[in-house]
Amino acid sequence: MTLTAPARTPSRRRPGIATTLTYLSLAVASLVVLLPLAVVFLTSLKSYGEIQDGRGALALPDDWLNFSNYATAFHDGHLLTAFGNTAFILLFSITGTVIIGSMTAYAIDRFDFRFKKLVMAGFLVATLVPGVTTQVATFQVVNGFGLFDTRWAPILLYMGTDIVSIYIFLQFVRGIPTSLDEAARLDGANAFTIYRKIIFPLLKPAIATVVIIKGITTYNDFYIPFLYMPSEELGTMSTALFRFKGPFGAHWENISAGAVLVIVPTLVVFLFLQRYIYNGFAQGATK
Amino acid sequence: MTRTASTAAPPDPVTKDGPPPGRRPRHSAAPSGRSWRQQPLRRLTPWLFLVAPLTLLITFTYVPVGNMLFYSLTDWDGISPDRNFVGTENYTELLTRPEIFRVFGVSLYYLAASVVQIAVALYFATVLSFDLRFRNLFKGILFFPYLINGVAIGFVFLYFFQDGGTLDSVLSWFGVSTDHAWLGSPDSANTSLAGVSVWRFTGLNFVLFLGAIQSIPGELYEAAQLDGASRWKQFKHIIAPSIRPVLSLSVILAISGSLSVFEIPYIMTGGATGTSTFVIQTVKFAFQFNKTGLASACAVVLLAIILVITWIQRRLVPDEKVDLV
Repeated sequence: MTLTAPARTPSRRRPGIATTLTYLSLAVASLVVLLPLAVVFLTSLKSYGEIQDGRGALALPDDWLNFSNYATAFHDGHLLTAFGNTAFILLFSITGTVIIGSMTAYAIDRFDFRFKKLVMAGFLVATLVPGVTTQVATFQVVNGFGLFDTRWAPILLYMGTDIVSIYIFLQFVRGIPTSLDEAARLDGANAFTIYRKIIFPLLKPAIATVVIIKGITTYNDFYIPFLYMPSEELGTMSTALFRFKGPFGAHWENISAGAVLVIVPTLVVFLFLQRYIYNGFAQGATK
Repeated sequence: MTRTASTAAPPDPVTKDGPPPGRRPRHSAAPSGRSWRQQPLRRLTPWLFLVAPLTLLITFTYVPVGNMLFYSLTDWDGISPDRNFVGTENYTELLTRPEIFRVFGVSLYYLAASVVQIAVALYFATVLSFDLRFRNLFKGILFFPYLINGVAIGFVFLYFFQDGGTLDSVLSWFGVSTDHAWLGSPDSANTSLAGVSVWRFTGLNFVLFLGAIQSIPGELYEAAQLDGASRWKQFKHIIAPSIRPVLSLSVILAISGSLSVFEIPYIMTGGATGTSTFVIQTVKFAFQFNKTGLASACAVVLLAIILVITWIQRRLVPDEKVDLV
């Protein structure tokens, strides 16, 4: 780990041994990250026969344009339905989170009211409760509302338990000068108008952050859809892929194609929104 | 929402301090008349904004926690209408059946993995905080695994560890041919799964550390370089102190994370061959064996442990502000 540690600042002309080792370590790490993914990509282009012939996992596929596994995964794996469900859940839970988070942040930051401390503590303590542990009892609550096995169960849970985004919004609201509120109030604006016309538009960077973090974590979540939406037609990207395990058995070419199909949207989003993603997750994790 | 229409009238400094004598005639009637009508509404405004968030918070966080405490004292199976109060029986069962607590041993693998993870992340964050070629590319590659869907990762690594899969093939390049079933024995399986966890989560730690390191003003390095400090000295005296808050946060996340591991082992092995974790076991009690009471007791225990750990962290690192970007 500390191989490069005693290194001097590398001279500009001749890269020292430390610099070489640094690059070597980076190359090895990149290989460790990329190799498992690359192999799955290769496998997704192979035929069942190619996988069985014992040339090993790293052998290149015979036909680089063999997309039949993708067709199988897409069709028999119900990934289209899953994509629709995931999009539906994403749309509602993200919209809900943005509205709820920004309203909460506005109320907490701009008003003085009784029990304010209590409300804040309520949100704070909730961050400490790990969601996985309470599902035993949350399940009964969701079931009690008759929401079990509907898409509204995950939507409500994602909206109701997202305290991180409230904190991100809170930080941003604090940065908006109150003089803006006051000016608007003198013009006769009420609290709701101020929220809608002044605060909310100024929260754009925070909204971008929340949408990205929330979008990715929701897309990737497995536990909640697995628990609350067992019906096959209610599969999300995660649970639909998980169900590949049974019917496709040892058909690694189909499973790999499914995995690639699930990973590609993430990759595209990542490539386009890198900067926001780094900042977003850094903020999200530290709050 | 429209009810708030009249509530945000300008604050009346007039009524507070008493109006200056000169303006009295014009203002005296209006403010006092307004204030008695509007005071309740004004007080209501924040609550109108908080109604929905608080309802959700209470319904999906506090009610479940409360219910969980209650269920843990009953023998409820989760379905039948009747449940009997059994006192602390579930907790006694938890404590007296060693196989229930034994799964915490599996957490040790993940705890060890998080040590590796933090060390690796710290190394790469330090390296990439200096100017390097392809810096952004490396940063992207290292972080990307964190964004990948857990189920996809599970399958990627099932294939990786498979007989004749990626790992065996790579090893055969180096002339090592093994028949080792990586997920075959508890020891090897847990190590492999913990390795997957390192692969998946290092990126997050890395980006956190990198953010903290990059928020250090550049002049500090320049000054250090002028004074002839080596990179190691720069790390020790400039970088290390400034990432302490993020480091302590990572340690806490690592500990509570290793206690509540669920996704990777559940997806990859379903908890077979000794890879079951406490959460997997709890989920099985609750949804497979219909032992809601016992499962709730498990969840309460885990919750208590995590709260204690967080409390200890707050005590050890009092109020250090973690601020990035």
